[in-house]
Amino acid sequence: MDEIELKRIVWRSRRGLLELDLQLERFVAEALPQLSEADLLLYRELLQLPDNDLLDYLNGRSECPNVRLAPMIARIRDAQR
Amino acid sequence: MAVPVRKFDAVIVGAGGAGLRAALQLSEAGLKTAVLSKVFPTRSHTVAAQGGVSASLGNSEPDHWHWHMYDTVKGSDWLGDQDAIEFMCREAPNVVVELEHFGMPFDRNADGTIYQRPFGGHMSNFGEKPVRRACAAADRTGHAMLHALYQRNVRANTQFFVEWMALDLVRDEQGNVQGVVAMEMETSEVYVFQAKATLFATGGAGRIFASSTNAFINTGDGLGMAARAGIPLEDMEFWQFHPTGVAGAGVLITEGVRGEGGILRNSAGERFMERYAPNAKDLASRDVVSRAMVTEINEGRGCGPNKDHVLLDITHLDPEVIKSKLPGIREISIKFAGVDPIKAPIPVVPTCHYQMGGIPTNYRGEVVVHDQVVSGFYAAGEVACASVHGANRLGTNSLLDLLVFGKSSGNSMIEFIKAAPKDLPPLATADVDRSLARVARLDGQQNGTPVETARAAMQRTMQNHCGVFRFKDMLKEGVEKILEVESMVKTIEIADKSKTFNTARLEALELENLIEVAKATMISAEARTESRGAHVRDDAADTPEHPNGRDDQNWLKHTLWFRDANRLEYKPVNLKPLTVETIALKTRSY
Ligand SMILES: Cc1cc2nc3c(=O)[nH]c(=O)nc-3n(C[C@H](O)[C@H](O)[C@H](O)COP(=O)(O)OP(=O)(O)OC[C@H]3O[C@@H](n4cnc5c(N)ncnc54)[C@H](O)[C@@H]3O)c2cc1C
Repeated sequence: MDEIELKRIVWRSRRGLLELDLQLERFVAEALPQLSEADLLLYRELLQLPDNDLLDYLNGRSECPNVRLAPMIARIRDAQR
Repeated sequence: MAVPVRKFDAVIVGAGGAGLRAALQLSEAGLKTAVLSKVFPTRSHTVAAQGGVSASLGNSEPDHWHWHMYDTVKGSDWLGDQDAIEFMCREAPNVVVELEHFGMPFDRNADGTIYQRPFGGHMSNFGEKPVRRACAAADRTGHAMLHALYQRNVRANTQFFVEWMALDLVRDEQGNVQGVVAMEMETSEVYVFQAKATLFATGGAGRIFASSTNAFINTGDGLGMAARAGIPLEDMEFWQFHPTGVAGAGVLITEGVRGEGGILRNSAGERFMERYAPNAKDLASRDVVSRAMVTEINEGRGCGPNKDHVLLDITHLDPEVIKSKLPGIREISIKFAGVDPIKAPIPVVPTCHYQMGGIPTNYRGEVVVHDQVVSGFYAAGEVACASVHGANRLGTNSLLDLLVFGKSSGNSMIEFIKAAPKDLPPLATADVDRSLARVARLDGQQNGTPVETARAAMQRTMQNHCGVFRFKDMLKEGVEKILEVESMVKTIEIADKSKTFNTARLEALELENLIEVAKATMISAEARTESRGAHVRDDAADTPEHPNGRDDQNWLKHTLWFRDANRLEYKPVNLKPLTVETIALKTRSY
């Protein structure tokens, strides 16, 4: 993934909900540099989700219907420990 | 320097509820309308609103806009302008039903009408008993509102410029507003958006405080831009706080935790609420609890290495109760405080939530300075001060404010644009050059202050010196300190000077806006020597002469802070509604 796309992803990790900002900020700082190309694409896709849905998935309040995204959601959750 | 210019009838900065509502009005009137936003519209901070939007629809029981108006005036501690409040409360049923027609999925009664729930401060018959006035879409009211308005705007051909950051306002020599300077994030290219009418709908600036419930984007850009362009900021000393946010993070811990038996403790482990409220203890009202917490911290009994928070203890509760009755809290505490509340207490601190002040407008959304309308300039939403919230906002009145004043400013802009000459006047370049110089300074800065250092200093200063409960000496010291922070901000430096999606540069530009809001807040708060609504001072105590510390004789007036020399001016509160009688001054008690 090129530099521009990566930086776009970092900006798009800024959300309308504080709880997402805090979790994604941590994830971006700690885990983003290690992600594979395929995982980066998944993360980019995840960022398209509406804020409330994304938060529900990260908080384990509901399951993401798109099962392909489940491993990425789990990784972000892991980064919060 | 030549900067590319894009021309429109109207330019709107901000795509939250207020910006989208205004844009819709303009686009549907066939005007060429640009909306700029730092983030995708439906990710604006309005998405965070869960509680609902108020309107006296009377679907569940009798209600009346006049009762709503009374509650709002009382909530504002009589600092709200009664013409604007009457306008808002009368318009409420219209704008809510309109939103329903735009496709907003409101919760419904069995008969198909909008379901309404009770909410703090909503009363029937002039304060007599609670009334159900809040309309919601499950716990996603803000999200649903953004969605409905965005879809509708797309249909109406509003032109969106997403991931663009407005940098500065452009005014000509007479002070007429001509548009904004803005940066495209993808390229860092700077453009001028010239228009006949310009609206700021950039939301609040909650990030001036160390502890805030606001998302990172809430950096008060509209306030910073207005201040730099010579527009004063009104009533900036008034900020709503919540007693318990996770220290260092800002995420709210619901008051239900204290309801279930949670206890507040200081560094000595003492249950300090016993001293402040011997009967209610930890269940005392919000302001009593906040005040006690701040007093403990201020007197050196705070916890942690910086002694800057207290502890909310639920370790004595049955773990099963915590898991079943407070599940979200355990999750929040583990994630954001790093402690499992079953085993250790949660660090908490009073947390900023909502900004009552802003750019001075009338109820038509026109920006007004010294009784004069600033030609071509409008503001709506949390960035504006109409003033309907006065010294304290009533819950759910903020989403209402977005709808009512988004729409009314849109209408005022339409009128203005239609009366304006067909061709745009020549662009004045002085403000454009100033803005470019600001960006150039940042790129050229050496041996400066890192952005994070200056921002942290600002947030700490605001939190400690100008938080939920204020002390005379702390405020005085706070003014000096915030001016020191300002000099740090003047030399902020970024390491990354690249052009594409440079988050560091954007954050630096945001900090230059935040610091204007911080100064306005601190200086206005230091000067107002009474307590009123959300501005509560230790040296303006509750006495028979001044109940709750409020001093109407000297302070029933709006503050105006001018960036130039940090000058303060005052203007009278408009106590005269549009059609009904004045809601007379009374002591505010619930
Ligand atoms: C947790 C929480 C819960 C709340 N719940 C409720 C509730 O239940 N009921 C209620 O009435 N109120 C509630 N509020 C308050 C309410 O949500 C806000 O006051 C309101 O949403 C603000 O809307 P706005 O349109 O003014 O701004 P925002 O929604 O904040 O939108 C600001 C817009 O401006 C854009 N922007 C900002 N700066 C720039 C720039 N320089 N260049 C380009 N674009 C820019 C942003 O990208 C964004 O699109 C709540 C607030 C919080 C924090």
